[in-house]
Amino acid sequence: MFELLIQIASWLLLITGSAFVVIGGIGALRMPDLYTRMHAASVTDSLAPILIIGGLLLQAGLTLFSIKLIAILLFLLLTGPTATNALASAALLSGYRAQHDEEAES
Amino acid sequence: MTEIFSVFLLILLVITAAAAIRTTNLFVAVMLMGIFSLLIAINFFLLDAADVALTEAAVGAGISTVLFLGALAFMNEQERKQAPKRLAGLISVSITGLIMAYATFDKPAFGDPNAPAHQHLAPWFLETTQSAVDIPNVITAILGSFRGYDTLGEVFVVLTAGIGVLFLLDTPSAGAMLKRDEGLRHYLIPRMVGRLLIPFILLFGLYVQFHGEYGPGGGFQAGALVAASIILYALLEGQDRALEVLPQRVLTALMSFGALLYGGVGMVGIFKGANFLDYSVLSSDPVAGQQIGIILIEAGVGFTVTGVLLSIFHAFVARGRTQ
Repeated sequence: MFELLIQIASWLLLITGSAFVVIGGIGALRMPDLYTRMHAASVTDSLAPILIIGGLLLQAGLTLFSIKLIAILLFLLLTGPTATNALASAALLSGYRAQHDEEAES
Repeated sequence: MTEIFSVFLLILLVITAAAAIRTTNLFVAVMLMGIFSLLIAINFFLLDAADVALTEAAVGAGISTVLFLGALAFMNEQERKQAPKRLAGLISVSITGLIMAYATFDKPAFGDPNAPAHQHLAPWFLETTQSAVDIPNVITAILGSFRGYDTLGEVFVVLTAGIGVLFLLDTPSAGAMLKRDEGLRHYLIPRMVGRLLIPFILLFGLYVQFHGEYGPGGGFQAGALVAASIILYALLEGQDRALEVLPQRVLTALMSFGALLYGGVGMVGIFKGANFLDYSVLSSDPVAGQQIGIILIEAGVGFTVTGVLLSIFHAFVARGRTQ
């Protein structure tokens, strides 16, 4: 029974995580400009790994494998947002401005 | 399931390659090549070639991308317009492709246990590794000991590449001609996170170096990882600070010392009355001798790869700064 609950929770996490990856991918393709695209894509490297690796952790249990997974998660959580931050400030410094709706409407 | 995933990855590989050829923006092409390397690394991993996958991910997707970007820094980002000579190229590429596709019909089917590769040498390697070298990772035993000549050749290819680049581009000397390289010192977040990661990358590099006998890894991958950590430091703190940590003369010494160490271990075999690169005579116990030899030559490989990759990186960056 307990085993089954773990499996269900794990698969729920995996599926929601994968859904966020897909949403991030769609957003990166469909959003109008760089900043909004980055906003969409950043979901794939912050929330999605937490859910996916959380799901895998439930599958792995308390083993050496799960410690490696946690190390991967920490690495992703540190590097992903940093890369997004570096990309955004690089875009801002090179004079890339966000599109505004007013401009499009007027 | 794995087959479906492999086919999916291979299709992505073709799409990425086509996109890299079609784009005229060199920056985009470099990024696509990085993605290409990562995809092929996953493919290698699915084929149970973890060592090759690690090398491809570290060198192909990591260091090569950085080196390409370093070269791009003093080039025009857009590809120059070329006169279209498409037809001759298309014909020669199609003929070569058709010949290669035709040749694959003679190859044994994917995963065929009766393929010559699984009948000829592989069983011998699998059996002999246990008795002669006694390390769990057969790949390391093959690379380091059974086919030590090939790996020695690879190390000298890497060394030659490093020497060639250093001849073409000046080594970053202590000249005052260069612009000051501040790196990302004024950008708080990348700098802090990067500094936090450097020791762990270095530690992982050492793990891969010394764990090569037990799991995937070895000198090539470890060298690339150690070089990556120093490159990260150079990107964050500027090239001058990175050269203070590991000056160019140390890197030059490191790359020749590694190759020399590898060759020297081979020569010790000759002096002790065995063949070149026969490590059995390094210790009174032949199995222990093999293990000592593999650890030594892996260290040599690691030194050379680190030295060469960092030298090439510094040479590119210094050239970008003089202009």
